[in-house]
Parts: sequence; C-alpha cells; structure tokens
Amino acid sequence: MLLAVLSGFIVCLLAPWLTRSLGDRANWVLALAPAALFVYFLGWVPEIAQGEAITIHYPWIPGLEINMSFLVDGLSLLFALLISGIGTFIIIYAGGYLHGDERLPRFYAIMFAFMGSMLGLVLSDNIITMFVFWELTSITSYLLIGFNHEDRNVRWLALQGLIVTVGGGLALMAGLLMLAVAAGGEFTLSGILAADGIHEYPFFIGMLLAILFGTFTKSAQVPFHFWLPNAMAAPTPVSAFLHSATMVKAGVYLMARLNPALGESELWFYMLGIFGALTMLTGSIMALRSTGVKAILAYTTIMALGTLTMLIGIGTEGAIIAAMTFLLAHALYKAALFMLAGALDHETGTKDVTKMGGLRKLMPITFIAACVAALSLAGLPPLFGFIAKELMFEAVLEADALTTFLAILAVLSAIMIVTMAAVFALRPFLGERKETPKTPHEAPLSMLIGPVILATLSLIFGLAGFIPAAALVQSAVGAVYGEPIAVELYLWHGFNLPLMMSIAAVALGLVLFWKWDAALALFKRLTFIDRFGAERGYERFMDAIVAVAEWQTRLLQNGSMSNYLITIVLTIVGLTGWTLLVHTDTPIPLGVMDFNVYEAVIAALVVAGALFASVTSSRLGAVATLGIVGFGIALIYVLFSAPDLGTTQIMVETLTVILLVLVLFRLPGFLNYSAPATRIRDAVVALSLGGLMTLLILAVNDVTVTDPISDTLVEWSEPEGHGRNIVNVILVDFRALDTLGEIFVIGLAAIGVYAMIRFRAEDKAK
Amino acid sequence: MEPLMAFVVGGMFAASIYMMLRRSLVKLVIGLILLSNAANLLIFTVSGMHRGLPPLIAEGALLPEGGWADPLPQALILTAIVIGFGVLAFAVVLIHRAYEVVKEDDLDKMRSTDT
Repeated sequence: MLLAVLSGFIVCLLAPWLTRSLGDRANWVLALAPAALFVYFLGWVPEIAQGEAITIHYPWIPGLEINMSFLVDGLSLLFALLISGIGTFIIIYAGGYLHGDERLPRFYAIMFAFMGSMLGLVLSDNIITMFVFWELTSITSYLLIGFNHEDRNVRWLALQGLIVTVGGGLALMAGLLMLAVAAGGEFTLSGILAADGIHEYPFFIGMLLAILFGTFTKSAQVPFHFWLPNAMAAPTPVSAFLHSATMVKAGVYLMARLNPALGESELWFYMLGIFGALTMLTGSIMALRSTGVKAILAYTTIMALGTLTMLIGIGTEGAIIAAMTFLLAHALYKAALFMLAGALDHETGTKDVTKMGGLRKLMPITFIAACVAALSLAGLPPLFGFIAKELMFEAVLEADALTTFLAILAVLSAIMIVTMAAVFALRPFLGERKETPKTPHEAPLSMLIGPVILATLSLIFGLAGFIPAAALVQSAVGAVYGEPIAVELYLWHGFNLPLMMSIAAVALGLVLFWKWDAALALFKRLTFIDRFGAERGYERFMDAIVAVAEWQTRLLQNGSMSNYLITIVLTIVGLTGWTLLVHTDTPIPLGVMDFNVYEAVIAALVVAGALFASVTSSRLGAVATLGIVGFGIALIYVLFSAPDLGTTQIMVETLTVILLVLVLFRLPGFLNYSAPATRIRDAVVALSLGGLMTLLILAVNDVTVTDPISDTLVEWSEPEGHGRNIVNVILVDFRALDTLGEIFVIGLAAIGVYAMIRFRAEDKAK
Repeated sequence: MEPLMAFVVGGMFAASIYMMLRRSLVKLVIGLILLSNAANLLIFTVSGMHRGLPPLIAEGALLPEGGWADPLPQALILTAIVIGFGVLAFAVVLIHRAYEVVKEDDLDKMRSTDT
C-alpha cells in the first residue's frame, strides 16, 4: 500500500527521463503506472465490498504519533479507483493534447506528483499525514494550473487558486487538530470516527467552521467558487483531472469522510445544505452565461460540487446513496466531457461554442461520445447520470428541513444543466459548418480512447446499475453513513415526484436551449454579477493586504535610522520598565555606597567623559574624551579583580583611538543637523534608557537567581585545564568553541575592512 | 561600589543612545563605542564587584587564595571587548567608504541604496 501511494512520486522522478527517451510513445508507457494502480485497487474491491475497512500502519515519526497509516474502505477505494482510472486516460490524453510540446516531461512529472498526493490524501488514516497530502495537492495543482507560466495572467490565476485553497488549508489544520483533541487525542481517522463525545467538545462550533472553511475553499463552494473556473487556465488534461476526480473533490471527500463523526450536528446540516444548494444554483447560472466549452464544464463542476455538499449535509440514507452515486456519475461524464472539450479546442482552435458548428461529419466519434456524456450530465435515461439525479431529487424531498428551498434550487439548476448539456453536445456539431481558426478533423486515438470508454461506462452503469451498486457504491455509502446500507440502483423508480421533477426540468431545459441565444444576451447584460461577485471580494481582500503591508512598512521600515532606534529603545524601556515596576518593591533601595575617593573620581571621569563626548562640537575633543572613558573603564576592571579585562581594554582602546584619528579626520566635522526640539526629544529617549539601566542594576544587585556555574570552573581550572589564569582557561578550554567563533568574526571583519580599502584603491586607479 | 556603578552605566547608556540618534555618521560611531563599553560595564557590575580577588591561582595551589571574583563574566566580557572592536573597525571603514561614495554625512539624506 505504501508503495502504491508513493509510486506517484517515484514515477514523478522517472517521468521526465522516460518522456525524453521514449518520445511519442511516452504517454502510453507512462499510463501503465496508473493503470497498474487501478488494477491493484480493483483487487481490493471484493474484500471491501463486504463492508470491510482495513487500516495499514507504517511508523513515520513515532515520537509525534505521526504514522503513515492508510485506511482502505469503500469511500477511499472509490476515490482511489477514480483517481487511478481516470488518471490513466488523462496521461494517454495528455500525450495527444500536448503533442510535441517541449514541456511535456515537466508536465508528466507534476501530474504524477499530483496523482500521488491525491492518492495519499484519500487513503491516509492519520490526519497529519492526510493534511500533508492535502497541502501537496494544493501545491502541485498550483504548478499544474500555472503550467503556462510565461503568461502573466495564468500565473495570477494559479496564485489565486493557491491562496484560496492554502488559506483554507490553514483553517483546516486548526480544525483537524481541534478534532483530534475533541476525539480524545486520536490522530487517526478510524479512531476519530469511532470516538465518542466529539459533540460535547466546548469549541465544537469553531472546530466545525474551521474544517468547513478548509473543505469549502478546496471544493469551491460559494463564496469561494471563483478560483475553480479560473483554474481552467491549466491545459485541458489538467482541468479534466482536477475537475472530475481529484483536487476539487478533496473537500467533498473530507466532508463525506467526517460525516459519521460530525453529521449529527444541526450546524453541519444547515451549513452544508444551504451553501451546497447555493453553490449548485450559482454554478448552473454561471454555466448558462458561458460560451467557452471549458467554462461551461467548469461551472457545471461547481454545480456538481454544490450538489454533493448539499447531499452530504442532508445526510439521510437516501442522500448519502445519492451523493456517492452522483460522485461516480459526475466523475465519469465530467472527465469525458472535458477531454472532448479539449479535443474540440485542439482541432478547431477556438473554445467558443458559438463559433463552432457542423462538426458532426468531421468529428463523428467526438460527436457521439459528447452526446452520451452530455446525456449523463443532463440526467437523462438510460445513462448513469439519470439514476444519480433521480436519487438526488428523492433525497432533497426527504430532507429534514428546508425541503422546499432545496427542491426549488435543485429543479432550477437541473433545468439550466439540461440546457448547457444540450448546448455542449449539439451546438458545435449540428447546424451550418462555421469557419474556425484551424481546419478540424477527428482527434487522434490517444485523445478519444478516454472519453469513449468513460462515456460507455456511463451507459453501462446506467443500464446495469447493480454493477456499480454492488462493487463500489454500497461500501462507499456504508463508510460515509457510518453503518452498512443495502444499495440498489436501477433506472425505473415508478411514476413519482422525482420523475415529474426530472421531466419538468428536461422540458424546460430544452425550451431554454431553444431560446439560449436570447437568454445568453440577457444574462450577459447582468454585469453586476461580475462587479459584486466573490472574485471582486478576493481582489479587494488582496489589495487590502497589500495596502496594510505598505502602510505598516512605511510606518516601521521608513528608512530612518533614528526612528528605528527610538522604537527599539522605547520598546525596551516600556517592557522592561513595566516588568520592573510590577515585580519589584518600589522605591528600589539604593544599596550600600562603599567606595574610596579614587574610585569615585574614576567613575566621575568616565561619566563626565561620556557626556562631554556627546555634547562637544570638536572631533578631537570627542576622541580624546573617548580615550579617557576607555582608560577609566580599564582602571575599573583592574581595581575590581579583572586584570585580563584591564589589559585587553587598554590595548583595544589604544587601537580605537588610533583608528578614529586615522579615519575620522577624513570625514566632515561635527555638524549639528538636528533642530533643537529633536535634540530634546533624543535626550529624553536617551535618558529614559539610561535611567532604566540604573534602576535595573540597583534592582538586581542583590538578586541571585541560580547558583553560578563559575565555582565549578574555578575548581576545574588547575586540575583539568592545567592553567592558573582562570579567565584564560575558560576562554581557550572550557569555552574554546566560543573563542573560535570570535576569531572567525574578527577574521571576517578584517576581510571586510581590507576589501573596502582595496576597492577604494581600485576605484581610484580607474 | 555597585550602586555608584549603576549611575555610571546609566549615564553611559544615555550618552551612547543620544549620540546614535544624531544624524551625523561620525557621531554614530562614537555612540557605538560608548554603547559597547556601557554594555560591558553593565555585565561587569551585575556580576558583582570585588576588590583584590583576581581569579588567578598561585603556583602549586589548586584554588585562588581567599576567594575569587567570578571569572565567567570576565571571560564573556573579554570576548565582547574584542568583538566590539572588530565591529567598530568594520563600521568605521564602512562609514568612511559610504561617505566617499555618497559624499554625504547626514543619515537622513542617505535614502537611496543604489548610490
């Protein structure tokens, strides 16, 4: 199982090399990898169809309870089969679609990485592992959507998808961690699903909303739906894969997966029901407004995702059966339709359905496959899509609440989907032959094999509903519902309300198709959708982030050295001063003033020197008094038992004065640039820090927090370090690495100084 | 002695910050020197000041006679003095070089990084 999941990443590494060496046949060879996976997963079907759920563990980071554990049950197996099965056709198809494209090796590499991430996501049992794969799908899909990275607009659209899904991912991570806490520290999905008391978790609502934020963004629910149609910027094989079986279904997968644990909550029902239904309607309306073959399909994908979310929200037996059936049906027809859309685009050179016409004789196979798949999309018998739609209507009608609202939205969107299915399947093929940028002919085998087989499957599954029911849907439904349910799928449900709804939807949809040109013109005029849409909200949000960043950068990173310094100083004074005030007795005792006269004189000299250096207007005076300060400090070191410090300070001070005299006098004199008010402000800031330091020293003077380790160092000095100057022993022995670092810093400074002097010489030579 | 030193250190910090807040590059350097000295003194003072107890061991002995001043802060300060000098040398040459290129000593007028 581990190999199966990771194989995507392994093939990802091999793919570029294989593509180069195999040339035109690469797609057929590479497709063997997902095909083998498909067969492997098919081998699990008999066992899983019995209602088994199998977990497999591989330790990964044992200390953190992060395991590579996999959960194989009906739901994950259904997804794994869709991913590997449709993936096989996508790889073959890509070879035809991107024929001769020099970027093909890269394309395959990312595609396989994406496929691997997706498999990992649906098969993971550990939620941390699952989250890692979840984010990997976001990143790899970003690379896929932005495949034509030389186009600025494509980059922007890919980034949009990334920001929306990864933003949701952040919320999801918080939600998942809370879920693990709520389930009593259970980090496996199987454990969470079996845990009690999740609903009693005090932050249940926050957790639920965080998780739903993640799944809604991933699955393009209103109001985050805008990124999905924009993801069409990807090459068509990518769109077909993202929309049918993978990326966007990841959110649906997670909601379905968590349904047994969270589904009882009212909030779950209303959030999923309302947002799902709205998404369904929005998708249909937007589809109706579109003329691009890919755009139509992208919006119907949003419709489908909304439907699935709504059905999971409703959560009754019937609704879950409908959801899983719809999921399967949608994956089959949507992959086929997208690949056919790519074929149309590829052969005619245009994406606009209104500019195509009369292609039925030139592309007969495409035409037939499109008709079959579109019939499934429209939900007409005898296709599998019909069964799914009937079940959906039934489920909506038996919802616990909001029944009328959901039913009306479902019928409305069904009408529009019928129209768009007809537009897609008939417009390009019937009627007058229209001039297109390219002269069309039938697409190559590699581009037809996928859609034809998938469309045929839609037909077979529709006619023989018991095959998918027994093999896939029943066990998936059991996993989502939480207990086994017997599922039977058949076309004829009798004369009932759902059938009436279907007939009405089809009839009205065909009327709308007949009048589509007029409707299109009308809808195109409704530009307020563009002006006030969610995408505009996203743009506003991003602009606002940039504006805030600019504002705070200008505030904090304003390039003025003194502003930085004042900020730092005042922060220190504020925080430290506050702590000092709260944690010590005030007033701070002055302590015992035991000093000799000469000590006081030296101290006074040091302070006076420092103050003089800062107010004098003579450079020489400043340097001279700096010398006094330095040597005064050296004396203090010597007087108070630190002879090594004294000697070092004297040497350094001498060098400093020499250096200053050498360099400073090549610089301009002591000019006063600041206004008097500024100088007063600076003096206040400076004095506040000085005062704080004084108080700090007085406050900590008698405080010993822990015993210093120095006594041990003193004891070790002679016997272990063989040195009698303890400070030196510490430097070169106990803390030798420190000293090595110091030597390195000094060396670096020396190189820097040398380089700057050297460059100057070279500049002058020029 | 520590209470007295508290005022010395405070005064040095104040002087150094005031100098670093000036717009002249040269004054910035002087501020830097004062700041590193003040920081060293701060550590020295806080670690406790003792007269006539250098951490030196007489020949043949195992420990300093009659107690010792804490050697660890001294070692740290010694490192700091040397590093401070390295930084200073670098800063001085850098400022000199910057002045040569920009012909400007006023920090507020050195706005562009590309000159």
